[in-house]
Amino acid sequence: MSGDNIFTGLVEEHDSDTRWAFGTGFTEALAGVDTTLPEGVDGEDLARYCQMLGDDALVQAQRLSQWVTDAPELEEEVALANIALDLLGQARLLLARAGQADGTGRDEDDFAYRREAAQFRNVRLAAAPRGDFARAITTLLVLSGWRLSLMSRLRESRDPVLAAIAAKAVNELAYHREYAVSWALRLGDGTEYSHERMAAAVADVWPSTGELFATHPVEARMSRLGVGVDPAAVAAEVHDVLVQVLTTATLDEPGAFPEPAEAGRRGDHGPELAPLLEEMQQVAREHPEASW
Amino acid sequence: MTTTAQEAPPGDDRARQADFDAKVASNQRIEPRDWMPEGYRRTLVRQVAQHAHSEIIGMQPEGDWIASAPSLRRKAILLAKVQDEAGHGLYLYAAAETLGIDRAELTERLIEGRQKYSSIFNYPSLTYADVGVIGWLVDGAAICNQVPLCRTSFGPYARAMVRICKEESFHQRQGYELLMRMMEGTEGQRAMVQDAVDRWWWPSLMMFGPPDADSPNTQQSLEWGIKIDTNDALRQKFVDMTVPQADKLGVTLPDSELAWNEESGQYDFGEPDWNEFKRVVTGSGPCNAERVARRRVAHEKGAWVRDAATAYAKKHQNSREVAV
Amino acid sequence: MSADEKPRPVRPEWPLYEVFVRGKRGLNHVHVGSLHAPDDRMALHNARNLYTRRNEGVSIWVVLAEHITASSPDEKDPFFEPSGDKVYRHPTFYPVPEDVPHI
Repeated sequence: MSGDNIFTGLVEEHDSDTRWAFGTGFTEALAGVDTTLPEGVDGEDLARYCQMLGDDALVQAQRLSQWVTDAPELEEEVALANIALDLLGQARLLLARAGQADGTGRDEDDFAYRREAAQFRNVRLAAAPRGDFARAITTLLVLSGWRLSLMSRLRESRDPVLAAIAAKAVNELAYHREYAVSWALRLGDGTEYSHERMAAAVADVWPSTGELFATHPVEARMSRLGVGVDPAAVAAEVHDVLVQVLTTATLDEPGAFPEPAEAGRRGDHGPELAPLLEEMQQVAREHPEASW
Repeated sequence: MTTTAQEAPPGDDRARQADFDAKVASNQRIEPRDWMPEGYRRTLVRQVAQHAHSEIIGMQPEGDWIASAPSLRRKAILLAKVQDEAGHGLYLYAAAETLGIDRAELTERLIEGRQKYSSIFNYPSLTYADVGVIGWLVDGAAICNQVPLCRTSFGPYARAMVRICKEESFHQRQGYELLMRMMEGTEGQRAMVQDAVDRWWWPSLMMFGPPDADSPNTQQSLEWGIKIDTNDALRQKFVDMTVPQADKLGVTLPDSELAWNEESGQYDFGEPDWNEFKRVVTGSGPCNAERVARRRVAHEKGAWVRDAATAYAKKHQNSREVAV
Repeated sequence: MSADEKPRPVRPEWPLYEVFVRGKRGLNHVHVGSLHAPDDRMALHNARNLYTRRNEGVSIWVVLAEHITASSPDEKDPFFEPSGDKVYRHPTFYPVPEDVPHI
């Protein structure tokens, strides 16, 4: 590499679309991975499970990308777009796996664009209204920590596809959480005003955390088969991290998570999901015969 | 920087000027600490800042479609592209700062409407085909403008351009690929593409700036190596490059005067509406107010976040964070 | 300077960092540019997002620009004598008391 231009070296090494558009060249994450269903696993169950995790990521990515052109600093727009791209990439892999597993052959776009809100299986927090930057950081802190715990365990899944997706996702989520932690500390322990807003954000988000640890029957079955993870099993770990972060951020130590209660996993969503999806699906639905 | 500058005696200045001229003439780069004529510095600050602002404002017409991209692949590509543009803006602000101007000051100039950006971004993006056409034509024109700037005389600017140009070529390619896909699609999609081409063609030609005859600063900028080609030369190059791409795509460029000139070995083409150009440059384009307002609101609304980080840094200057 | 170009006093913003990246193993860290960040840790975040586009495994150094001392024998400029050992013309090298309004 010539000494006077680092950029050449940086770019040469990754001179492909995958380097440029993260999440667009996702097939290599699954290259060589056996896609047959593990023994004893019901395809439809596995598909439902993949939709749950896929919808969480898709809906959260959709919400996060609203910060692009609207964040407190350009650097945060870049960071939040990166995170949204990672989640979008995870969603695409998971939804594609869902279509494989249930035998319908539906692709990622069939799931994303041709289902109604009630057919989405994301937790409500993923769709929660955007709110201010403190709210975004708090939501990201909770969801990334939760998802990181789930994905860490999923690396051991008996479904090789899920295991491969999780292995890729863990690195991404560790960074998302790190980013959220950094900002949680700065907002919590920054100015008096930012402290108040961060405290308000935690208070707003906290009631929605119970749902994250409710076990849907599909999750229970997948967990028993060694394919999925029972979210109830990660509650203590997620709580510990949140306590450590929030108290370091000079915020009040949060209480226990609210009682786990299923909602989004059953298709029971808040009013914010339908408009979010309507915007997402609008062009695709106006041109049902089109290909893009 | 007048507050701290010590004016050098004129004799010294002449020697420095000669040294500067020799560096530029022998195609060496001027680096930030080198002496440079004040006009060179000022022109560069303006050019690099406007370029940076263009990247940042340019996020908006396409950013408006991230939420509604019609496939997840398109959504990922568009999100990555708009994010790249933020990155390009940041590289360029960093280059501008080496000339002794603070990014905060440049941001203020932008959100107070005191500094320009490329007029093209004051046109609205009306359909998803606009995403493709912006990639193909607007990024294509930007590449024509920018590739020569990789050899510009000011080191930090040239280095930023090298990196930007690499990424821009992906941008143009994705735009063209989207349009090809749409042209192979439904009748409605093809109509969308043609409509978008009709709307963006002339503004794209205007991206190269006014005709050379009306561009009084061009000569000085060429001598300084801040500009490498004239506006008209670049515009011609863009047209020559684009016409065959349009043919291949199957769209019609909205210019009845467009024709191959055997004699000159290039395309003849019509004159853009320079009155419209002036209107849009001076702030009366369809979206000027909205574009600047969006940045201003984001900046103002984010002040408490930036303040929080500053306050935190002050408190924790000497301590390390707890690793989680 | 024209009115348009006259630098107005600027509010204290996040400080300036210089960024050095090791593109791959076996190479030196090389200067790639600068950025603003409130502190070291956020500077690393921003550098990762901006200059490496999240390419894991790339090593990044960030350093406050004001901590760099520069020598450049053929770059003589009395213009900068007050801070002649600094790398750039960055306005942040001109210290201003904190209590001056709008600075």
